[in-house]
Amino acid sequence: MTARYKVGDAVRVRQAYPPGHCRTPYYCRGKSGVVVRHCGEFRNPEDLAYGTYDGPEVPMYRVQFKQTDMWADYSGAAQDKVEIEIFEHWLVPTSS
Amino acid sequence: MSDHHHDHSHDGYDVDPLHHHPPQPDLEDTPLTHHQVMQMAVAELLIEKEIISADELRRQIDFMDTITPARGARLVARAWVDEGFKSRLIANSKAAGAELDMDIGPIPILVMENTPKTHNLIVCTLCSCYPRFLLGIPPDWYKSRSYRRRAISEPRKVLAEFGTDLSDNVGIKVHDSTADMRYMVLPMRPEGTDGMSEGELANLVTRDCMVGVSVPGTTSAS
Amino acid sequence: MTDRRRHHDMGGLEDGPVKVSEHNSEPWEKRVDAVRSLLSDEKRNLLSVDELRRAIEDLGADAYDRYNYYERWMAAMANILLQKNVISVDELGRKMAEVEARQGNKPI
Repeated sequence: MTARYKVGDAVRVRQAYPPGHCRTPYYCRGKSGVVVRHCGEFRNPEDLAYGTYDGPEVPMYRVQFKQTDMWADYSGAAQDKVEIEIFEHWLVPTSS
Repeated sequence: MSDHHHDHSHDGYDVDPLHHHPPQPDLEDTPLTHHQVMQMAVAELLIEKEIISADELRRQIDFMDTITPARGARLVARAWVDEGFKSRLIANSKAAGAELDMDIGPIPILVMENTPKTHNLIVCTLCSCYPRFLLGIPPDWYKSRSYRRRAISEPRKVLAEFGTDLSDNVGIKVHDSTADMRYMVLPMRPEGTDGMSEGELANLVTRDCMVGVSVPGTTSAS
Repeated sequence: MTDRRRHHDMGGLEDGPVKVSEHNSEPWEKRVDAVRSLLSDEKRNLLSVDELRRAIEDLGADAYDRYNYYERWMAAMANILLQKNVISVDELGRKMAEVEARQGNKPI
């Protein structure tokens, strides 16, 4: 599977709430950030968690967000950031 | 975290992981908990079924005991005295570890360098992912509800609770270990350590510095 | 909303100060950890870390809060081994009774 995003791309995390196991934290859903690293292709934790060890590998990225975008009442400094590993199927491009 | 205060010295896991010796009379008042019984039962069943062996279990525990934050500290100290090594450590910690005959394990560990402008902090909000091959087993506070909840959203307050006050001129970058990477912080070398040997420098590097809740001082913490 | 955020997914929620606590791993905790590592290694490949996380989450909010860290691991690991027919309920029950008898545990 070829990576859809490259470093520097603006992306948004899908606002989805599947009831099962996933590794996309609730707090970042719907938030916009920037791809800072393509970590490679990894098996999907949503498959592995239910015993499917041979599912397809999917691209995974580190996405950086501004803390002031992440939390409405963020009390720290304007330049503070958070970086999260997110699988490609959780991301959509942001039209900028 | 733990509510088991009694002394488990009778366990002698390094000699006899399966406890086939009789119970000691002075421990009759401290029965094993439900989960401890379950642990022993599952381990014995797995051994009886030859899925694991007692020897493998013993060796795995011995191996885990060898993994301490001294490993991470050794990498940090080398990076402080060798700029080339520092670049290689940041680019590929697995290969850099191999230069020191250190296996950092199957999971990629990304080394995040603190600078005068950026301080890094590691958390796992979803469970307890931690760079175990460099720092060992995570401390209780790392796995605690409060740390998992707040390190991500109010890192400066959390750092202050560890006695670490950062100027607003320094940006904080929090890394949530959500998937297949692990993170270790490369702290800045403290001022006034010019004459120190690599070994002395390594003694300044605490586990907490490599998680990012603290910064190294100029005297050995050990 | 409460159903949307799963119990373990707690980043950003409010809480009190971090209690800077730790303890040396107890022998039984090390054994839980070691058995987990062995079951996940290439030789056995019986338990992915993702399955363990899923099983911990599926213990439910009450157990998640009530059990300590390695109790959660242990309960989740046993559930997975049962689901995969690596061990049976009957075997586990009998073996636990045997362990308790051997250790002189008082009946509950």
